[in-house]
Amino acid sequence: MSGARLEIIERNCKGCSICVEFCPKNVLEMDVFLVTVPRPEDCIKCMQCELLCPDFAIKVHDE
Amino acid sequence: MAYDYEKSIRPGKLPHIWCPGCGHGIVMKGLIRAMDTCELDRKNTAIVSGIGCASRLPGYLDACTLHTAHGRAAAFATGVKMAKPEMNVICCGGDGDGTAIGGNHFIHACRRNIDMTYVLMNNYIYGMTGGQFSPCTPTGDLASTTPYGNPDPIFDISKLAIGAGATFVARTTAAHPREIDKLIVKGIQHKGMAIIEVIDDCPTTYGRRNKFRSVIDMMKRLKAEAVPIKAAAKMTAEQLEGKFLTGVLFEDTEKPEYTAQYANVIKKAQGA
Amino acid sequence: MAKKVALLQGNEACAQGALYAGCTFFGGYPITPSTEVAEVLSVELPKIGGKFIQMEDEIAAMASVIGASLTGAKAITATSGPGVSLKQELIGYACIAEVPCVIINVMRGGPSTGMPTGPGQSDVMQAMWGTHGDHAAIALVPDSCQEIFSETVRAFNLAEKYRMPVQVLYDEIVGHMRERIEFPEPGELEVFDREAPGVGPEDYKPYDSTKGQVPPLAAFGSEYKYHVTGLNKADDGFPTTKASLVDAEERRQIDKVLDNIADIESYEEYLTEDADVVIWAYGSTSRSARYAVNELRKEGIKAGLFRPITLWPFPEKRTAELAKQAKAIVVAEMNLGQMVLEVERVAKGNCVVVHEGRVDGDPLNPGQIMTKVKEVL
Ligand code: SF4
Ligand code: SF4
Repeated sequence: MSGARLEIIERNCKGCSICVEFCPKNVLEMDVFLVTVPRPEDCIKCMQCELLCPDFAIKVHDE
Repeated sequence: MAYDYEKSIRPGKLPHIWCPGCGHGIVMKGLIRAMDTCELDRKNTAIVSGIGCASRLPGYLDACTLHTAHGRAAAFATGVKMAKPEMNVICCGGDGDGTAIGGNHFIHACRRNIDMTYVLMNNYIYGMTGGQFSPCTPTGDLASTTPYGNPDPIFDISKLAIGAGATFVARTTAAHPREIDKLIVKGIQHKGMAIIEVIDDCPTTYGRRNKFRSVIDMMKRLKAEAVPIKAAAKMTAEQLEGKFLTGVLFEDTEKPEYTAQYANVIKKAQGA
Repeated sequence: MAKKVALLQGNEACAQGALYAGCTFFGGYPITPSTEVAEVLSVELPKIGGKFIQMEDEIAAMASVIGASLTGAKAITATSGPGVSLKQELIGYACIAEVPCVIINVMRGGPSTGMPTGPGQSDVMQAMWGTHGDHAAIALVPDSCQEIFSETVRAFNLAEKYRMPVQVLYDEIVGHMRERIEFPEPGELEVFDREAPGVGPEDYKPYDSTKGQVPPLAAFGSEYKYHVTGLNKADDGFPTTKASLVDAEERRQIDKVLDNIADIESYEEYLTEDADVVIWAYGSTSRSARYAVNELRKEGIKAGLFRPITLWPFPEKRTAELAKQAKAIVVAEMNLGQMVLEVERVAKGNCVVVHEGRVDGDPLNPGQIMTKVKEVL
């Protein structure tokens, strides 16, 4: 358990896949045009996804 | 953990108008974090832009926001800052807006060294009008108006700013989000004209014409071409070929700031 | 107590009028024949803690004035025809964003560089139609140094009251002529200050038409945070393409002027009651016209003078009445036929309308006007 909760704000996500690509732990995956979080337990809270998301669509919370 | 951007964004304004993967959103987040770090009172902060994709940025932010005419951000901002020097003034916009149609205002704002922070998002293209070449489109590249390859040489915006007299000049990229706010913070804290050039990506009108198959390709290019100024010192000219320098490129704390200079004019005029 | 008097050039009187009106910001760019306005304000503004800035070009000058005005300053720029041409886009910006400001145009010949040191009155249509898009305009045309002073004050009042750019146009002759000026005492001329928002920052909308035809403008750097754009916008200041909102805003911005003509209009008449021929002239040309009226009267010709002081909005009503009363209207202006088109439009064929113009850099003289009057009668 990583203690991270990944929040996806679906109405903001434009499906660019930047977060998926730059996540060092392969936590995220694209489901066509929307990001999904199949492996939250692998998250190391590096914040890359949140910092690089241009659309204010992903947030990394402490659980 | 999760950053509270929402308190700085006007209610109901998201999602923004930028294309999927456009770096302007990354820059906007950096700007918000920087304003938070500097504890800028938004009531006392003017965010001024010109016209173009990047110039839509101020509309999202809860502050005194001024979306002006094409190229004129620095000139409007100069009026604001002169009339109310106690206000924090931030300009933002793109490469075409800032250095083509607005080039004259840009260099003269640098020359005056008036206290403002100009976040210039350089994505090498006119995005809003559909991908015409800008003064920053690399020579040889394709744009909707350079179908045979761009014959124009480019402006190096940071060098232009240094040459024109800006006293804080820094560069980073949309792929280096932590450096964006770090440099904007320094720009805001700097007393004088601070230029933060953010090399940005436009996947829609620049990337797709120029061999970048995806947003990811473009982001990887930004990471690959950026060389921190310290690292560059140890590199050969050959190694630096096709790269650009990032970090604080220039800083001068001696040159007087313009509104301070004018305060002296007022003192003289009043016989003090 | 005797009033303070001085021998002032028109351009100096303009600068003094601006100071009387409470102007605290000038942004400009040097151009003949207006430069003295800038020179005087560069001396005087810092004395009162105001700001003078010489910008890098005419466009920047206009931009700085709009930016300063948004912080609550009464702001002015001064230029001539070529400068106004360059400023036009941003004059339109001030129209749509509804930012008060005053633009002085000391008219010379044209087009282009024309005759920088010669007088002209060929920017009068530009004052109305120079910027693109539909919009209202207010333009004032004083004919003497004293009137330049008072009309500059009135220009600020109208700009602040109707939240829009106001232009003052006078030609090089009045701009550089020296005349005795009586300085009005403080309070003697009305000075209008921008209306306060009237609602708290949470409820403020910069274009809220429920607050009247001219919604109050809050200052940047006060308690109010809001958005300003040159795009068509809704009442909250944010861009919209919704047809009904765009239409309503465009119309409100024109109606705020057209519905208040009585407040904005100003003209002078001289011996028009029984006039068979009315000379319709403004600015320095009206001085020649007045002389011509006196001479013509001596010769038994019933001539009169109609002198608009507010040129835009156009003095339609009174011009139409005069067209019904007189046999002829002679429009005398230093151009090849501009305001005559408006006079013809409102005269609706009720009288003969002719034009007497000149663009060679010499003033229109009384003899020329008299000859024209005799031709039409
Ligand atoms: S915080 Fe880092 S590890 Fe976690 S999902 Fe985001 S990018 Fe991946
Ligand atoms: S970076 Fe943001 S917009 Fe892009 S896919 Fe991820 S969550 Fe969606």
